[in-house]
Amino acid sequence: MKEETVIQVKNVYKSFKSVHAVRGINLEILNGQFIALLGPNGAGKTTMVEMIEGIQKPDTGEILITGKPWKGNEKEFRMIIGLSLQETRFIDKLRVFETLKLFASFFGLGNVRCQEVMNLVGLEEKRQAYVVNLSGGQRQRLALGVALLNKPRILLLDEPTTGLDPQARREVWMILKKLKDEASTSLILTTHYMEEAEQLCDYIVIMDHGTILKEGTLKELLGKSSADIEKKEEYKGPPRNLDELFIELTGRHLNE
Amino acid sequence: MISKLHNAQLWQLILANARELLREPAVLFWGIAFPILMSLGLGIAFTKKKDVTVTIAVIGRNHLVHSKGDSASLIQSFLQINGALLKVAADGRLSRELYVPDERLGGTTYIFHDMSWKQAMVMLKRGNLNLVMDEAGGKLVYNFDPMNPDAQLTYLKLSKLMKDPERIIKPSETEIRPLKVTGTRYIDFLVPGLICMGVMMSSMWGVSYDIIEKRSKKLLRRMVATPMKRSNFLVALITVRISMNFVESSLLFLFACWAFHIGIQGSIPALLLFFTAGNIAFAGIAVFLSCNTAKTEIGNGLINLVSMPMMVLSGIFFSYHNFPAWSIPVIQKFPLTMMADGIRSIFIEGAGFGEIMLPTLIMLTIGVVFFTAGLKLFKWH
Repeated sequence: MKEETVIQVKNVYKSFKSVHAVRGINLEILNGQFIALLGPNGAGKTTMVEMIEGIQKPDTGEILITGKPWKGNEKEFRMIIGLSLQETRFIDKLRVFETLKLFASFFGLGNVRCQEVMNLVGLEEKRQAYVVNLSGGQRQRLALGVALLNKPRILLLDEPTTGLDPQARREVWMILKKLKDEASTSLILTTHYMEEAEQLCDYIVIMDHGTILKEGTLKELLGKSSADIEKKEEYKGPPRNLDELFIELTGRHLNE
Repeated sequence: MISKLHNAQLWQLILANARELLREPAVLFWGIAFPILMSLGLGIAFTKKKDVTVTIAVIGRNHLVHSKGDSASLIQSFLQINGALLKVAADGRLSRELYVPDERLGGTTYIFHDMSWKQAMVMLKRGNLNLVMDEAGGKLVYNFDPMNPDAQLTYLKLSKLMKDPERIIKPSETEIRPLKVTGTRYIDFLVPGLICMGVMMSSMWGVSYDIIEKRSKKLLRRMVATPMKRSNFLVALITVRISMNFVESSLLFLFACWAFHIGIQGSIPALLLFFTAGNIAFAGIAVFLSCNTAKTEIGNGLINLVSMPMMVLSGIFFSYHNFPAWSIPVIQKFPLTMMADGIRSIFIEGAGFGEIMLPTLIMLTIGVVFFTAGLKLFKWH
């Protein structure tokens, strides 16, 4: 079960007018695997997630979910995918529990699951609070809760902690770590925070300008191949973190 | 069964939309209180005839007071015969006041102010007066804008008084019989119009703007990434809006019944059918308007582009028959005109199913065509 492939991205290209957002990406995500798409703004991470999510169609190439294409299987896929978008705002004047109930109803789920999710994301105290009155971190936890309602087999999180303070970011990480321990959900997370990728994911894909610059486990990425060493006249030792690696690859910082 | 219904997505969507609407105090004000206040204001303004004061500029001080050696002018003779009261303001300016009583139409106080032509033009531009009197070559001259109905009325009333002040027919020698036929008052004309305008505005802002705002907040995209049935989202939004329109219109009608004793002379079932058809027409138009944009500024412009011409031209506050004859067949085809004409025919002309069947079908067709087109072009993200 653990080694089953849930998402396959095969040589995918996507352009918006003259902008080539994604250029020949190949990916394979296994059941229970947590993958980070790491890269600066404009790297093509969100477009990649949108294609996996079925909102955008690749110009060329193929995306398979549990071995099947989106076409003709949309209903089935919507039932197994959980999603949290960048900057989603829910209905301001709905209470937290009402918001969960609304989204639970789309999956045919009831109050019991809403209560479970509320406990999972630690919003029990805010049960009766209006969404408009939640802090940024609480809103993001609600968005994560909504994404987890259907116990998704595939979870897509597009920059889930952007704009959050360190404490709120750690709270989101704790929830995701709990989920990782259960090993039943595959996660694709886009981020430009290297700590997030390092802390949560067992496979990291570094992207820039729509292509994959490098991919592997953290250990693999921070180690240096002999071929790399030979290319440099003065080898300064392996990069200490992903940001250093990104500078080495592109000459820029991740957050630029 | 109840639990199943409780969790059903359509029901939860309806609940969510209703909660969103009812928890917004501004919605309740603009939807319920504002139309009632408007009907109250306009109803009072146009149904109760009160005494009015008319200000008239008189060019030349000698028309208000007699100067030694001069023969009395026409204006001066008129004011003296009628006993117009002479007043001197602190700045030395003269005026004469003449009150002409009328028990049925309401009395009129004419205030004749002495001023220069330049001063009179400034007052005219500010709307402080609408008629300027003068004498030239032994003739009385009335200066006013013939396109201004208020100026016309001032001229007619004044010229009638001026023609022969001594032989003026006294109000007691004439009789006015107020028309008592229900539906002939301005308020009877106004309330159905306000109801229709309310339906249009709340559909435009409550459906169109709501969709655009949810799209701009990426909420539509978030919802459509679930197994939610897309039509359920729109059906829930429209259902809540139409239900709210029923409540808002009923409250306005009940208020008008209580305050102005208006009534429905035609068939109530026909009214319900026609009102529903009107709501469907505007809901369809609202979905079409909001089908493609995610920018609230564009939505704002689109809504105003559609609703403002109808609000001005469709005869909500005054009859559209005042517009040029060539434009009337066009105006009559506007959905708001069609709805206002139909509702008025039921309210004040006693119309029933026979009279409103054709406009009902047209309104339903408008709603279905626009809704279908909107759904085809609908962008969820």
